[in-house]
Amino acid sequence: MIFGIDVASMLLGGVAAGMVLFIVSVGLSVTMGLMGFVNLAHGGFAMLGGYAIALAMKHWGLGFLPALVFGFVVTAAASAMLERLLYARLYRATELDQVLFTIGLVFMMIASVTLLIGPENQPLALPAILQGQINLGITHYRTYSVVLIVVGIVIVGGLWLGFERTQIGAQIRAAVDNRRMAESLGINIARLFTITFAFGSGMAALGGGLGAEFLGLDPQYALKYLVYFLIVVAVGGLGRVTGVFYAALLIGVLDFVLKKYVPQGGTAFIYALTILLLLWRPQGLFGAKVT
Amino acid sequence: MTLPQAGWADHPAALALAGRHRVRVWEPIPWVLALAFYFAFPKHLGFGTELLVTILFAISLDLVLGYAGIVTLGHAAFFGAGAYTVGMLAKHGIWNEPVTGLILAAVLAAAVGLGSGLVLLRTHGLTLLMLTLCTMALLEEAANLAHDYTGGFDGLDSLPIAPLFGVFEFNPLYPKTQYLYVLTVLFVCFVFVRTLVYSPFGQSLTGIRENMLRMHAVGAPVRGRLVLCYALSAAIAGVAGGIWAQANAYVNLGTLGLDRAATVLIILVLGGYGRLYGAFIGTVAYMVLSHFLSKIYPTAWQLGLGLLLVVIALFARNGILGIAEAAVRRLRTRHATL
Repeated sequence: MIFGIDVASMLLGGVAAGMVLFIVSVGLSVTMGLMGFVNLAHGGFAMLGGYAIALAMKHWGLGFLPALVFGFVVTAAASAMLERLLYARLYRATELDQVLFTIGLVFMMIASVTLLIGPENQPLALPAILQGQINLGITHYRTYSVVLIVVGIVIVGGLWLGFERTQIGAQIRAAVDNRRMAESLGINIARLFTITFAFGSGMAALGGGLGAEFLGLDPQYALKYLVYFLIVVAVGGLGRVTGVFYAALLIGVLDFVLKKYVPQGGTAFIYALTILLLLWRPQGLFGAKVT
Repeated sequence: MTLPQAGWADHPAALALAGRHRVRVWEPIPWVLALAFYFAFPKHLGFGTELLVTILFAISLDLVLGYAGIVTLGHAAFFGAGAYTVGMLAKHGIWNEPVTGLILAAVLAAAVGLGSGLVLLRTHGLTLLMLTLCTMALLEEAANLAHDYTGGFDGLDSLPIAPLFGVFEFNPLYPKTQYLYVLTVLFVCFVFVRTLVYSPFGQSLTGIRENMLRMHAVGAPVRGRLVLCYALSAAIAGVAGGIWAQANAYVNLGTLGLDRAATVLIILVLGGYGRLYGAFIGTVAYMVLSHFLSKIYPTAWQLGLGLLLVVIALFARNGILGIAEAAVRRLRTRHATL
């Protein structure tokens, strides 16, 4: 029985981490699937959003929820501007140019934050109601992890509805599957790109703020977790919301469990698994077969 | 079928094609400069050695990226494989002769390149990018885990490298031997790569980069060529890593890291890829700038580097050499119209 509770609480921790991974990565998956753009600066948007949230709480005394909304809006607006001004010029460029451009952008983000705010970890104080333990019937568990799971489920549900039931969702799905066809049907692809990109960056900002409690928040955040975000996207399949969700949960739980039982080789195992999986299914676990 | 007309060999295009591989007048310049550096800056030979090793590494990347068009974020895997080969053999007292050590480093790195290339090069695009990245990260983790053999996070230091040819001592404090040794190795590898890219094999790599479908259609063994190119490039990267370990007498996880892979990519793109000499120009420009700036203003250096990358990606896709070539071409056409 004790063992069962132990496993359950570990699973909860892993699932909570997976939710944050999902919230950050979902935008990356959609923009990569939609535009074929290798956006290595995505972690940078999560970092910037996390900073916006943490600083708004610290300096303006904003509550956690209003600060999250603020971070989402600011990051989405900033990324929409960047998309129109710079990213849009590179949609037809080679992968190499996209990689260089986004690495350059990450460097600039890291350096600017270090110059303006400093290289140290930015503490993000959770409101008292989210701290402490919650009684789940069989066991007490950290309130924040439970909240993260609930938030994650709400978000994936909302995104799923948005993707499957709204006009813009249908347009995005059409453009992911066949961009030229969608364009000839009169869908305004450029506008769609901007909206999706801004929304995805906003989600990354949310993830940056929500995950700051256990991922930390410092300028290097932008590169430190990039490989994880990319793995989640590659495993989940490009442009697939549910795929990214399952992949994020899988990676989150695996990482959590491995760090506990094999603190030494856990990361290596995840890399090896990713390599094998991508060799078996280059389009990811849940991606559509590439024709 | 029409036969070539008489006098076709004198056609300007034919002459240009036939003369492409010839040594240009300016080609000895980098080597003369490298020798001049040896005499002019005896106090900075350590830095000079680092420059030469980086040039060698960048040339190996140019072969896969610039000629075969394989975008990789994990090229440091081979640099590290070479460095650890030399380091582990020397530290555990198995083998410490420098020249044969480099050959062993090349063979092992080539084996890693061949093995990973055989499976990775089936994919392309984002998947390939991810796989190169994960392969390197996996090697880094493996080196970290096997700390009994690799020294783990601390690496292996004070490697007992035997004197070159049994005569010339390696001494990091007095790096004359290192500099000339690295310069010689760089020259040999460069001649090899230069011959390779102008050979039919090299031409077919360029063909694959420009139009893979057409190369399939004309019956070129595309996969085989790419894998061979990947393995050869890995071998040269392994030599660069091995010689780095020998010159510094240590090896650490940094030789396998994303930092090194990203830096060499930036260097190559800065100089201009697919041009052989881009590796030279890029390395000198990057290393000299970073040598002076990164120690004093590390954050400003990162900001400037980021800006530079963004500008290159948006406006100057062929790097410094590309800008120079465009300028020369413009001068020539202006000259011709006058």
